[in-house]
Amino acid sequence: MSNMLEIKDLHVKVEDKEILKGVNLTIPKGETHAIMGRNGSGKSTLSYVMAGKEGYEVTKGEILLDGENILELEPNERAVKGLFLAFQYPIEIPGVATMTFLKAAMNAQRKARGEEELLTPDFMREVKSAAKMLEIDSAMLKRALNVGFSGGEKKRAEILQMALLKPKMCVFDETDSGLDIDALKIVSQGVNALRDANRSMLIITHYQRLLNYIVPDVVHVFSNGRIVKSGDKSLALELEEHGYAQYDESI
Amino acid sequence: MAGAKENIDRDTIEQVEQIDVEKYKYGFATDIKSDKSPIGLSEDIVRFISAKKNEPEWMLKWRLDAYERWLTMKEPNWAKLNYPKIDLNEIYFYAAPKSTPGPKSLDEVDPELLETYKKLGIPLLEQAVLAGVEGAKIAVDAVFDSVSVVTTFREELAKSGIIFCSISEAIKEHPELIKKYLATVVPVTDNYYSTLNCAVFTDGSFVYIPKGVRCPMELSTYFRINEINTGQFERTLIIAEEDSYVSYLEGCTAPMRDENQLHAAVVELVAHKNAEIKYSTVQNWYPGNKEGKGGIYNFVTKRGDCRGDNSKISWTQVETGSAITWKYPSCILRGDGSRGEFYSIAISNNYQQIDSGTKMIHLGKNTSSKVISKGIAAGFSDNTYRGLISAHKKATNARNFTQCDSLLIGDKCGAHTVPYIEAKNASVVFEHEATTSKISDEQLFYCQQRGLNAEEAVALIVNGFVRDVIQNLPMEFMVETQKLINISLEGSVG
Ligand SMILES: Nc1ncnc2c1ncn2[C@@H]1O[C@H](COP(=O)(O)OP(=O)(O)OP(=O)(O)O)[C@@H](O)[C@H]1O
Ligand SMILES: [Mg+2]
Repeated sequence: MSNMLEIKDLHVKVEDKEILKGVNLTIPKGETHAIMGRNGSGKSTLSYVMAGKEGYEVTKGEILLDGENILELEPNERAVKGLFLAFQYPIEIPGVATMTFLKAAMNAQRKARGEEELLTPDFMREVKSAAKMLEIDSAMLKRALNVGFSGGEKKRAEILQMALLKPKMCVFDETDSGLDIDALKIVSQGVNALRDANRSMLIITHYQRLLNYIVPDVVHVFSNGRIVKSGDKSLALELEEHGYAQYDESI
Repeated sequence: MAGAKENIDRDTIEQVEQIDVEKYKYGFATDIKSDKSPIGLSEDIVRFISAKKNEPEWMLKWRLDAYERWLTMKEPNWAKLNYPKIDLNEIYFYAAPKSTPGPKSLDEVDPELLETYKKLGIPLLEQAVLAGVEGAKIAVDAVFDSVSVVTTFREELAKSGIIFCSISEAIKEHPELIKKYLATVVPVTDNYYSTLNCAVFTDGSFVYIPKGVRCPMELSTYFRINEINTGQFERTLIIAEEDSYVSYLEGCTAPMRDENQLHAAVVELVAHKNAEIKYSTVQNWYPGNKEGKGGIYNFVTKRGDCRGDNSKISWTQVETGSAITWKYPSCILRGDGSRGEFYSIAISNNYQQIDSGTKMIHLGKNTSSKVISKGIAAGFSDNTYRGLISAHKKATNARNFTQCDSLLIGDKCGAHTVPYIEAKNASVVFEHEATTSKISDEQLFYCQQRGLNAEEAVALIVNGFVRDVIQNLPMEFMVETQKLINISLEGSVG
């Protein structure tokens, strides 16, 4: 299997309204693709449906992860199979220290795969090195996950989780929004460090700037619930210049 | 003493044999050597228990007086609880374990009992103590079906003048302390269940910490209910003299049961000047099955008296078990500058009902109290926090802070907060904060996206919710509590 992700003619309804209207997307192993598109065009919806969030009705189509249809799987089962979603709006978990959450997530995945639980010293070592790469200080790891975190801190915490969980398919929903220029570089370096031949990435963004740091193999334009154009990284530059209007009527 | 007991036993048996036709009237149909009292409640049962415990005459009289008073009392019905009436004539009020003479050392402890402790998931540390492992320093006063079976480390405690024994033993060995303190915090006529307890209590713990002594170890007791339909009436009395300190742990577990079991304990704490008592409970008695059948009725009266100036009493409780819980560990802040604390985690699932909270009665000047209550309701359960904060006219500058949080899992359960506040002087500052939240679908999805299944996600979120309280638990209870939370919420999602 050389494709990590195959989305075929995906139609999705939310409360009787069709949001995704026939998405087709194939990401080969090791490739990084970007999706750009207007507000409300359905990008987050696509990421949620991939991850298995409730409330979305798939009326047609399928999603294959590494060749396997995942639409019937629970969100956690998809996660265990290596799908990771960096949320546009990460959720607060009061009272649960970031460190505790990381350990719980890592061990839950290991357990589901029939592996031994991580030993605390090994866990600590891994967390420390990942946190260092993302310039996250240890005080933040003791705080409740995402509670009172600044926008940028939340996004870094997402990438930290990704770095530790080592998924094979990473989806980033506007990870760059809310990041200052320095943070954008740090986060991009973190993401780039994870790029390899067996890991694919899907980056949802509004800004071409991120794609200067994380250079995509393919850029897709998303409009009105589907992909309307695909091209190389220069497509992002073109979009930046001309906007989405030219794609509005190409339905 | 043992001789006297045997005489009573023999007399009784002979008597019963002689008046065979009337045995129903006296209820002594059972061999008194039997490990169970006859079924039901009567004056004779009170006498039976007292005789069984080989108690002095004054104690029997005290029990009988309480029984008289109890006959005039009515079961309270103000709590938000709903349960079929308990038929006291269907309950055995006394049951002793099989082993007759008390073991002199751990070697003499029934291996089956030790095996039971293991199955009940008693932490390794305590098991080690029970197994007599060197260096495991927790005194365990094990209460097995109402009778103390084994008491350890007593000698070491005795070196500092600490008394830690069963209350029956204290009645015989330290009558002056019992007479001085028993029912001075919870009066004999306090409430229906506590008065009943006075009449029929079977055993419990007694702790006395002398002046200036810091108890060198956590004192802990494990309760277990074993016999079917045996009412459990424990009685605990803890006295901390001036400038002393003690931390007491109480933990309970029970095996699967199909019959409802009544448990009505009384716990009294007395803290003299500058003394501090920490009382921690982890309660996970059988809550009944998923349909709400069976389970323990837990109607407890727990109260601490901060009798001396600058004394402190703190209650920490983790309530996960029982079909019905009716429990309000309270503090009477009598001494000037005294302090009361109540930290509570109450988890209800399936058809469990909990009505719990605290009373902080400010009587002295500059007294302060703090209440942190975390209620978690899942399934079809009902979880009520009921609290009273009151300040007397003389309690100038009394302070209270109450934080009362409820977490709902699913939409078939209920959480209620019933705070009462009474301030009889103007210098009082009482603060009350309350929140009710639900585990949101967003939180669940987020956790699941990271690989936790729905149950693991709920357990993690709940553990976060109760963090403020867990931090107040002694180390050995923290881990156990986290496990308990996970077990008690099993099946609450999905
Ligand atoms: N639960 C829901 N109920 C009703 N409408 C919804 C729901 N979720 C999404 N939508 C609608 O679906 C459309 C697509 O939303 P989505 O969040 O996927 O857009 P997006 O492309 O991610 O936008 P943005 O760039 O602003 O993040 C929007 O019109 C939104 O209002
Ligand atoms: Mg979006």
